Amino acid sequence: MIAILNRDLALAFRAGGGFGLGLAFFLIFATLVPLGIGPDTGQLSGIAAGTLWLGALLACLLSLDRLFQLDWEDGTLDLIATAPVPLEGVVLMKALAHWLTTGLPLVLLAPVLGILLNLPGAAMPWLLASLAIGTPALSAIGAFGAALTVGLKRGGLLLSLLVLPLYVPTLIFGALAVTRAVTGQDALSPLLYTAGITLGALALLPFAAAAALRVNLR
Amino acid sequence: MTVTDLACARGPAQVLAGVTFSLAPGTALILRGPNGSGKTTLLRTLAGLTPPIAGRIEMAEDAVAYAGHADGIKAQLTVAENLTFWARVFGTGDIGPALAGFDLAALAERRAGDMSAGQRRRLSLARLLVTGRPVWCLDEPTVSLDTANVSRFAAAVTAHLAAGGSAIIATHIDLGLSAAQSLDITPFTAKRLPDTDPFGADFEGAAP
Repeated sequence: MIAILNRDLALAFRAGGGFGLGLAFFLIFATLVPLGIGPDTGQLSGIAAGTLWLGALLACLLSLDRLFQLDWEDGTLDLIATAPVPLEGVVLMKALAHWLTTGLPLVLLAPVLGILLNLPGAAMPWLLASLAIGTPALSAIGAFGAALTVGLKRGGLLLSLLVLPLYVPTLIFGALAVTRAVTGQDALSPLLYTAGITLGALALLPFAAAAALRVNLR
Repeated sequence: MTVTDLACARGPAQVLAGVTFSLAPGTALILRGPNGSGKTTLLRTLAGLTPPIAGRIEMAEDAVAYAGHADGIKAQLTVAENLTFWARVFGTGDIGPALAGFDLAALAERRAGDMSAGQRRRLSLARLLVTGRPVWCLDEPTVSLDTANVSRFAAAVTAHLAAGGSAIIATHIDLGLSAAQSLDITPFTAKRLPDTDPFGADFEGAAP
């Protein structure tokens, strides 16, 4: 299974692998928001947490439809399904590769964009923590959506419709942790809720995604 | 390996019924039949990708190496990287024999995306050698291979059979395998939808 992780990472960094796409989208999104809202720093720091979380969520969504679709198109998924590795593990490894190439760079870039959006310095560690804890859930839920829509023509659009509602709890608690930190309230409990959602998604969704893949491979 | 009364479906439609054959180690079975007769469906069922509707497949677990129409090759990786990936997934070590068996050693560092269709097919077949699996299920393996490479492929299958493996090959050409029996699947072809029509039985019963 480590071989699958390594291969996915290698593919992501090769030409046409799509690494950096989500990152660039995140950057542009967070840059466009102040241009649309106006330069009022008080207003910006109020919406900074929500904006960054929303941007991270949409950036994650961008690369999801490639997760299984490419392997399905070139026949690799058939071969992996007959290989001596559990499909649940394959899903987990592919979600981990997606997080390492999409989620983790977003987490690392977020503080820079936080400065751009006038996020108070005290909230910065909470932004980092909530994104670091929440984005793995985005990858795991996304892997489930990608497994459901694999093999569909133009499945990317359907994938967004399926996955975005499932992202709601992560978005609410993740953004709430940062917003509370901005206003000086207790930020720990929403952060713990985010962690709970992530752990639940990581524990359950690989099984659901593997079942969906098996149905789609018939 | 023994297959008894196997019924296979592709999507909602039942394609094959009553497929029965047995395959001893060291022998090959050539599947024959016109296009659309269910060769691919049978191979996918044997490989465990599609669950059978009825019947039994008796063989050791994790015995099948499947190679379908698609090559399953990553264009961005080199030939050696592609093979090494599969060798690691299947837990076997050396890719040298596989490279040599299909004359790919000179192409080892070439990106798979830069290769011709025939070269990609050779890489896809070389993958079988690194799986270390005893039963090969091959769907039209000689597509886009030239004559020299068809005989190279036949030699690889012969060596695999001599080592105690077996192979089930859907093909339209003569591979010249000595230890091969032929199975025409046309008699098993059953083109009909499954009996899910709740009114079907009523109409049949009402007929004079």
